[in-house]
Amino acid sequence: MTSLAADASAEHPAAEVDVYEEKALGFWIYLMSDAIIFALLFATYVIMAPNHADGPTAKTLFNLGRTFGETMLLLFSSITFGFASVAIRFGKQRLALTWLAVTFVLGAGFVALEIGEFTGMYEQGAGPQRSGFLSAFFTLVGTHGLHVSTGLIWIFILSLQVLVKGLTEPVTSRLFRLGLFWHFLDIVWIGIFSIVYLPGVL
Amino acid sequence: MFGKLTIDALPFYSAIAMGGAAITVLGGLVVLALIIWLGVRYVWSEWLTSIDHKRIGIMYIMLASVMLLRGFADAIMMRAQQAIALNSDGYLPPGHFDQVFSSHGTIMIFFVAMPFLTGLMNIVMPQQIGARDVSFPVMNSISLFFTAAGAVLVLISLVIGKFSTAGWTGYPPYSGIEYSPDVGTDYWIWALLIAGVGSTLTGINFVTTIAKRRAPGMTLMRMPLFTWTSLCTSLLMVFAFPALTVAAALLALDRMFGMHFFTNEAGGNMMNYINLLWIWGHPEVYILILPAFGVYSEVTATFARKRLFGYASLVYATMAIAFLSFAVWLHHFFTMGSSADVNAFFGITTMIIAVPTGVKIFDWLLTMYHGRLWMTAPMYWTVGFIVTFVIGGMTGVLLAVPPVDYLMHNTTFLIAHFHNMLIPGALFGYFAGYMYWFPKAFGFTLDERWGIRAFWFWLIGFWLAFMPLYALGFLGMPRRMEHYNVAEWQPYLILAAFGVVLIAAGIACLIMQLVVSIQNRKEALDLTGDPWGGRTLEWLTSSPPAPYNFAVVPEVHDLDVFHEMKRHGIAYQQPAHYTDIMLPRNTAVGVITGGFAFVLGFAMIWQIWWLAIVAGLVILLTLAARSFNDDTEYRMTAAEVQAIEDQRRQVMATAPRRAWDRAPAAQDQPVPQGAT
Repeated sequence: MTSLAADASAEHPAAEVDVYEEKALGFWIYLMSDAIIFALLFATYVIMAPNHADGPTAKTLFNLGRTFGETMLLLFSSITFGFASVAIRFGKQRLALTWLAVTFVLGAGFVALEIGEFTGMYEQGAGPQRSGFLSAFFTLVGTHGLHVSTGLIWIFILSLQVLVKGLTEPVTSRLFRLGLFWHFLDIVWIGIFSIVYLPGVL
Repeated sequence: MFGKLTIDALPFYSAIAMGGAAITVLGGLVVLALIIWLGVRYVWSEWLTSIDHKRIGIMYIMLASVMLLRGFADAIMMRAQQAIALNSDGYLPPGHFDQVFSSHGTIMIFFVAMPFLTGLMNIVMPQQIGARDVSFPVMNSISLFFTAAGAVLVLISLVIGKFSTAGWTGYPPYSGIEYSPDVGTDYWIWALLIAGVGSTLTGINFVTTIAKRRAPGMTLMRMPLFTWTSLCTSLLMVFAFPALTVAAALLALDRMFGMHFFTNEAGGNMMNYINLLWIWGHPEVYILILPAFGVYSEVTATFARKRLFGYASLVYATMAIAFLSFAVWLHHFFTMGSSADVNAFFGITTMIIAVPTGVKIFDWLLTMYHGRLWMTAPMYWTVGFIVTFVIGGMTGVLLAVPPVDYLMHNTTFLIAHFHNMLIPGALFGYFAGYMYWFPKAFGFTLDERWGIRAFWFWLIGFWLAFMPLYALGFLGMPRRMEHYNVAEWQPYLILAAFGVVLIAAGIACLIMQLVVSIQNRKEALDLTGDPWGGRTLEWLTSSPPAPYNFAVVPEVHDLDVFHEMKRHGIAYQQPAHYTDIMLPRNTAVGVITGGFAFVLGFAMIWQIWWLAIVAGLVILLTLAARSFNDDTEYRMTAAEVQAIEDQRRQVMATAPRRAWDRAPAAQDQPVPQGAT
């Protein structure tokens, strides 16, 4: 992952590809592909939301207070990731690590709340096997939760890299892409909040 | 410990199933023997761990060739069964026949067509844009081995357990756990999910490559047509494959965890599956055919010795097809009962797609018109395509009319139609590309006579095998019949079976072509790298190309840039000096992740949870460890580059008169200057 452009002795027209910009573009394209997955899961949820098969409905199951907590944790984790990005930009390694750690804790809190919500529903007899509505709910929200968990693993790995290698160019470029991923999950969550939870309760 | 896997999974219940299993195991042993004969170390270090796009492309096409034989064996079995199953059970029991048609479709789409076109794009596209490699070479290798993992899952289902009986589209509720309790559908799901990841990554990789790695001066409207179709196909892969992932994953959740997405109870909605599948499925059709359209464009321009007629219209037509392909999916299920207005909308969008396709046909015809045709094997495939494909196009427009579709739905008319698109449309194009670019990949040209023989067998075989199916559709024969009692169908089915025999002869000719060409390779060496008098940049490199493709990246001032360079005598100019080139180092990340993706799929199919977790962890750790590695490239020094290039110049100087000098239009093709 050496920057070809930075390597003066290997300079070349085609070597003027900015490999980090290239990776960023590739990652954007991946995110768009992932966005289609979420779009289809959203569509599936909207189709299936009325199909509760005489089982528990959204009104009885959703707890806006908990959802509000989840939302706050995730939104603030995006802000703290933003702080980490600023620190990375100014080369402040310890500050960056601190903010990454805060982001990790907030994200882990989100996942913990979600696991609590899922197990609570399951114990009430409202597991994903109960109805088409619940299958769609668990799958959409769970897919988002899996993404957040993947993001947590990724934060951990990249924090390790910062510790071992410092804020080198390859590492900061990876952190940049992790940032895109993390903020993307925030946007998806806003969709979940406004399409799943709000209409379910109102 | 082993989940649902028991000794009963072995196919001791039927002689035919055991035969299939034996052939599969034998095939695996042959591959193993081949690897040992070539040398395990050589295969590992030069091929499996190689992330050179040209080698990855070759491996893709090898995978496609092997799977073509398997998928074709299924085709022979089906035709043989239907030819004899009038008022009798034939030789295949229903469950087995269902597996055969399911695996035939799955294999041909996912493990023949997809790897074939991905292989061609891998070998050719980076060279056409003057790049040294794709944007993400390691991801390229991961894509290859994920595709291979899916293919091996399908193959192994023949030995351990069964394959799906739900057709290649796997419609619920039949594919649900209630009606398909065995592992067949799970094999189908996991093969698709894993290979689908590979295709999505390929799409991301190629879109980025085309966006970022074009040679200086190569604007979008100077890109060769094959690169354009690669771009559109890659975009479709990025945006369509998620729909397949979602459809298959939700079906898996239904089957494994008792959820209710597509069940007939508890609020399931099986029509949603059919929508999701075809939101992927229709763009997939264009993923398959657009690269073939690209090949035809390159082949006609090269062998008509003319600039492509209507280049811009071909580009716009390609983009229009790619865009419209997302707006027609409902025509696969007009009979599902959407309102007349919805059906009318999708019927009209479907008919509109015929317009850009027609534009392309006219462009190819007008490229040939007044050209000086050199009828090589790739040209035979192209002309055969044009003549046959238009029939499929017309039957497609017929099917796009909803009331007509109500009559034709699920009859053999539909089978004839889509084979008419995919064999003379896509597959002929892949064959044309294979014969056209083979010298680029291996350094010698393929035998023309056997190539042309293969063409005639395939063309006539295709007509005999599928034109009767159009007629049978009018006679009301549904698809996928294991036996039947309508005597007037049988003659058509026997004729179709005879057509398949001819196609078998076509495949034999293709194999003979390869054998003869390898034997006579010394007489057919491509010493210049430009055996056909090509017009685009891939013919500027040596055959096979050096690891870096271009020692000096060319500047592009024109559409047919290499042709213009030759005309101006600057194609092979020696640069003042060479520079060091950074190249990606080989890595086993692709083999390891792909191998464990196979293990993961196998474990999920048989619900061996611990193994699935282990495999998932290995994949994760491999990728994490890889991300710690910043030293992924090696430097090829200017001196090494110079040595390779000097040697190429010496070889070129000894080259006899070029094959294309003997072509009718050689006189207006100046011999490249500066080659000596």
